[in-house]
Amino acid sequence: MAVKVASEWLNSCSGCEISILDMGERLLEVLKVADFVHIPALMDHKYFGQQGDGTHLEIPQADVGLISGGIRNEEHLEVAREMRKKCQFIVALGTCATHGGIPALTNSYSNRQTLERCFATETTDANDFSPAESIPVFLDACYALDEKIEVDLYMPGCPPHPDHIFAALVALVEGELPELPGKSNCDTCPTAREGKGNLKQLRRFLQAPHYQSAAEPLDKMRCFLEQGILCMGPVTRAGCGGDERPPRCISARVPCRGCYGPVKPDGNQQLDMLNALASNGIDIKSLPEFTSLLRFSGAHQLLKPIPKQKEV
Amino acid sequence: MAQVIKIQPITRIEGHASIGIQLDDSGNVENARMNIMSLRGFEKFIEGKPAEEVPRIVSRICGICPWMHHMASNKAVDRCFGVTPPPAGRKLRELMQTIAHAEDKLLHFFFLAAADFVIGPDADYAVRNVIGIAKANPELAQKVVQMRYKAKMVLEKFAGKAIHPIAGVTGGFSKPMLEEERREILATMHELLDFALFTMDFAKEKVFPPYLDTIQTLGVINTGFIGTVDDAGALNLYDGRIRVMKPDGSYTDFDVQHYADYIGEHVESYSYSKMPYARFWDEGFSLDLEDPKGIYRANTLARLNVADKMATPRAQAELEEFREHFGRPAQATLLYHWARLIEEVYACEHAIELLQDPEITDTNIRTPAEPQAGTGVGSVEAPRGTLIHDYSTDDNGLITRANMIVGTTHNIGPMNMSVNQAARMLIHAGQVDEGILNRIEMAVRAYDP
Repeated sequence: MAVKVASEWLNSCSGCEISILDMGERLLEVLKVADFVHIPALMDHKYFGQQGDGTHLEIPQADVGLISGGIRNEEHLEVAREMRKKCQFIVALGTCATHGGIPALTNSYSNRQTLERCFATETTDANDFSPAESIPVFLDACYALDEKIEVDLYMPGCPPHPDHIFAALVALVEGELPELPGKSNCDTCPTAREGKGNLKQLRRFLQAPHYQSAAEPLDKMRCFLEQGILCMGPVTRAGCGGDERPPRCISARVPCRGCYGPVKPDGNQQLDMLNALASNGIDIKSLPEFTSLLRFSGAHQLLKPIPKQKEV
Repeated sequence: MAQVIKIQPITRIEGHASIGIQLDDSGNVENARMNIMSLRGFEKFIEGKPAEEVPRIVSRICGICPWMHHMASNKAVDRCFGVTPPPAGRKLRELMQTIAHAEDKLLHFFFLAAADFVIGPDADYAVRNVIGIAKANPELAQKVVQMRYKAKMVLEKFAGKAIHPIAGVTGGFSKPMLEEERREILATMHELLDFALFTMDFAKEKVFPPYLDTIQTLGVINTGFIGTVDDAGALNLYDGRIRVMKPDGSYTDFDVQHYADYIGEHVESYSYSKMPYARFWDEGFSLDLEDPKGIYRANTLARLNVADKMATPRAQAELEEFREHFGRPAQATLLYHWARLIEEVYACEHAIELLQDPEITDTNIRTPAEPQAGTGVGSVEAPRGTLIHDYSTDDNGLITRANMIVGTTHNIGPMNMSVNQAARMLIHAGQVDEGILNRIEMAVRAYDP
């Protein structure tokens, strides 16, 4: 019998759902063994009944629940709780679900600051916006899923690679736990490391890294960090290249920015990176700012409004 | 007390929205609205970030059109820092964005929209979807999945990441294209063009004909349009002048650097998304179905309406046929689907043109930049419409101010109008069923990426 799957997206961009579709023909295999009972991206199951006359939000029972996105407002919270109630096994799909992701950068600001800016840009008409009853109000911050509901499997990635989504779905259908990469991105990176130099400063990524020619293989190009360009590889979990390919950004000769989240689930990418740089004698003041180092993992109270910006 | 019908969530679209339909005591529609449920606050939280990092942050605004945010943002940052990409860098950006368009339109047509036509608007929701299509027509499903996968693999293999791209960099592109890569991608794009032409014919012969009446009535409203055109007035997805057309077909062209002189954003408490409108028409803002004010639409139908022509031969032939049937500007909302398939043909043809340009393999792809204070606006055409990123930076090249007008938002007002029109047309004396509610959603789905 097919395994029932429910899928939801919360404070997210739909990239994780598109990554599910990017499995290619493997998607058709998955559809043979997984019976999707709820997936707003693809299917018209409604929260309040198919005729819109229900009084409470309802999602069908399922064996596996995939949730992308963090929890930013009351509707996300209600949907996440309903998914937890109805699904045997919850997968936090993507870095927004596991660590807040890019949208958790909002945690550096209060809700008031965010609304004040977004509703007062140069092109916005004068207004006194406050959310009507029909739209959900913000929670006080953007949360990772496990800050609000219990999570059974963490699959970070922005987005997670289709190879791993496929492997995980197949394993879960067979009642097994998938094995996901657990090392750091550097462990899967082919670029050449020559050991410590006497690098003191990092430069911004405003010019190309050094490499001999377009055809030069990646394993001949020197490591970005050793070239003096910030790369988050050492503090980022491996896996972005899928089963066969090197880290995705590196393969385009662009440094890693940490989209798979910390190597250890409770790691702090900002702290770990600054420590790594400092212990190698690199002046961390050569970085233009530090908040960006937490751009994928600012939930779990790692990013907060800075005190002087706090509401009184 | 009168009844409220909730369509929540709106499904087979990208993003979080719902529809609320208020019925009066006799069961007729008093009001129908679309609510935009979420706000992430990108305009605020990119403040203080190094500008060169922003194109790979704002891509997360949308997982369906990350390439467009990536490119609009890169263009804005280039201007802030006063750099111009070399020709090959610019062309590689345009090529990747064009291939992303080609992939997206297949996604929308087959995965999101087609079920309403192929399976039918009244079918059970359990089969009225791409899974139902896959079961009913496994051969076609396999072909669609293969074609999309090929386009996505071009983006991933050549540019590193297909979703949330990183290969556009300040001053150009991150890696040059080898001749071998060019030949391989060119072969793929020829296959995609064949499939685009097949899809166009398939839709004209099999998908749309049973619904021509519905197309002429459902969600139909009378508005202006926005899009981007090149110097010859042809549709352009990557660069050009912004053209805003009035419902009567007259239009104004402008340089996007001055967008704030033309476009305003209206605010309603039932939507976290603002509603852009043509402020320069000086008629205010109103969603009144009989007498809308300031309202224009974006996305495929809008781009086709504002363009004088298509820049490639097959797409031009399709546009001529389209205009023979529906005129210019065409107002019927479901024609967005038809227009989307014409754009699909264009995107494939144009990608091939770019790949046949000898300059595409030039290795001079990036102009070095230095951080500086500046202001810059970048725009491209995203699947859902004209996408504008506007930034200022300080001396250290950190973002001090950001304003974005995202493709989707141009159509928030019009979508509200289409929902209202469809609800009023379809719901009488409290008679509502799933097919009726799905038809109202079809009026929203037409505008999706």
